[in-house]
Amino acid sequence: MATTVEPITLPQLSNDEIARYSRHLILPEVGMEGQQKLKASKVLCVGTGGLGSPLALYLAAAGIGTLGLVDFDTVDSSNLQRQIIHSTKDVGRPKIDSATEKLVALNPFLNVVKHETMLTSKNAIEIIRDYDVVADGTDNFPTRYLVNDACVLTGKPNAYGSIFRFEGQASVFATEHGPCYRCLYPEPPPPGLVPSCAEGGVLGILPGLVGVIQATEVIKLILGKGEPLIGRLLLVNALDMRFRELKLRKNPDCPVCGTHPTVTQLIDYEQFCGIIPEAKVAPVQNGIPQMSVKELKQRLDQGDNLHILDVREPFEYQIARIEGQGERKAGGHLIPLGDLPKRVSELNTDQEIVVQCKSGGRSQRAAEFLAKNGFAKVHNLAGGITAWSNEIDPKVPKY
Amino acid sequence: MTIEIPTPLRVYTANQSAIAVDANTVTEAVSALLAQYPEFKKHLYTPDGKLRSFVNLYLNDEDVRYLPDREETAVQNSDTLSIIPSIAGGLPAGGAEAPSAQRRFGSD
Repeated sequence: MATTVEPITLPQLSNDEIARYSRHLILPEVGMEGQQKLKASKVLCVGTGGLGSPLALYLAAAGIGTLGLVDFDTVDSSNLQRQIIHSTKDVGRPKIDSATEKLVALNPFLNVVKHETMLTSKNAIEIIRDYDVVADGTDNFPTRYLVNDACVLTGKPNAYGSIFRFEGQASVFATEHGPCYRCLYPEPPPPGLVPSCAEGGVLGILPGLVGVIQATEVIKLILGKGEPLIGRLLLVNALDMRFRELKLRKNPDCPVCGTHPTVTQLIDYEQFCGIIPEAKVAPVQNGIPQMSVKELKQRLDQGDNLHILDVREPFEYQIARIEGQGERKAGGHLIPLGDLPKRVSELNTDQEIVVQCKSGGRSQRAAEFLAKNGFAKVHNLAGGITAWSNEIDPKVPKY
Repeated sequence: MTIEIPTPLRVYTANQSAIAVDANTVTEAVSALLAQYPEFKKHLYTPDGKLRSFVNLYLNDEDVRYLPDREETAVQNSDTLSIIPSIAGGLPAGGAEAPSAQRRFGSD
């Protein structure tokens, strides 16, 4: 397989570097020249979270010369279940600073370039252009498409990895003869159709597995050795510990990488993904009035007869609840979303119902279902129990 | 044959990860699935009956779109049909999260 990265002159290694990388140097697939290629290379890690953590750490360990990091998030304690580049003392700190500190401690020969910014259509090409390979470890569809398109337009391979609960995918996109992300998925799912990690959870070790697969692919691309995952989709199921491989084809009609591309510059990806940018929550979404947690508190305090319908799972209900009135004092009426169609008779169309979940996604879907089934007085609690904990009652645990 | 259900869509199949169906073609297999779990339909197909482009159907390891007979490809009992949706972990779709709506491009 032809090397996709061709540095013009290879940098020399110092005696300290030779000692550090000895286990690579004695491996025929790497050797001195391979190690020099790694040192000459520049890799961009988009995201320093679950996938980015193991990815960046292993690339630093391997002797990549320059690692660019893109992240403008801060470390939260709920990240520490899987984002192993950050530690407890980093909670509240910018992830990019926390990550840089650990990477440089592991390998002081590493040059880190911080891009503490949102990756947008305005800056993506300019940022990506300076790198040889991109590793995408982001957590949302608009960025996935943005990174893909920018990689195709700049000719940089994209070591792709993504996860959900205990399943992962990995591949290499945007090489000259291989497929790109849009060849596999021409369009994103509409918002709300695919549950997120915040709603679905994620097995902490999973991004560890997938992130290292991405790092492996980055290294293979730079060395020009082995068989990269070009035209191959690796599927990982951590619960079954099964790995499967599916064939990916380059789509000749792909709007970005096909023979007659129609996308020749970056677009508005949020619009592409159907996400309406919100400065504030729209008062009505899909016909359902949104109630803020402040409004709910006000109305409960003034004694309004509201029926709080909690559509989360029983194990979530065990962790935290919003206290209601009367017989619902200990928590809302629990009907998990999946059970709602068969348990809808437990509700009364006379009731004024406020549907609640963890963050407002599932409850919106439940509210829309109820509205279609004769319930005229239904509100969605915008932001869910998370917003309630943030703004009304911090004693309610967040999870 | 077996139809493998991906995690994000198991909520529509009472959490089953694989469904056994009798079918002679890919189309028949999908119809059998939808007959058992009609909720699934909108996640697989657009209102005008096209397979949604964020979902891929694979017969064993081949994308059905690229098979010569596409959905009319004949299937054996030992075949597996997999539904492979796009996944992107982390940030809730729609950006409705109060604290993290600020950080559009955070990390997973």
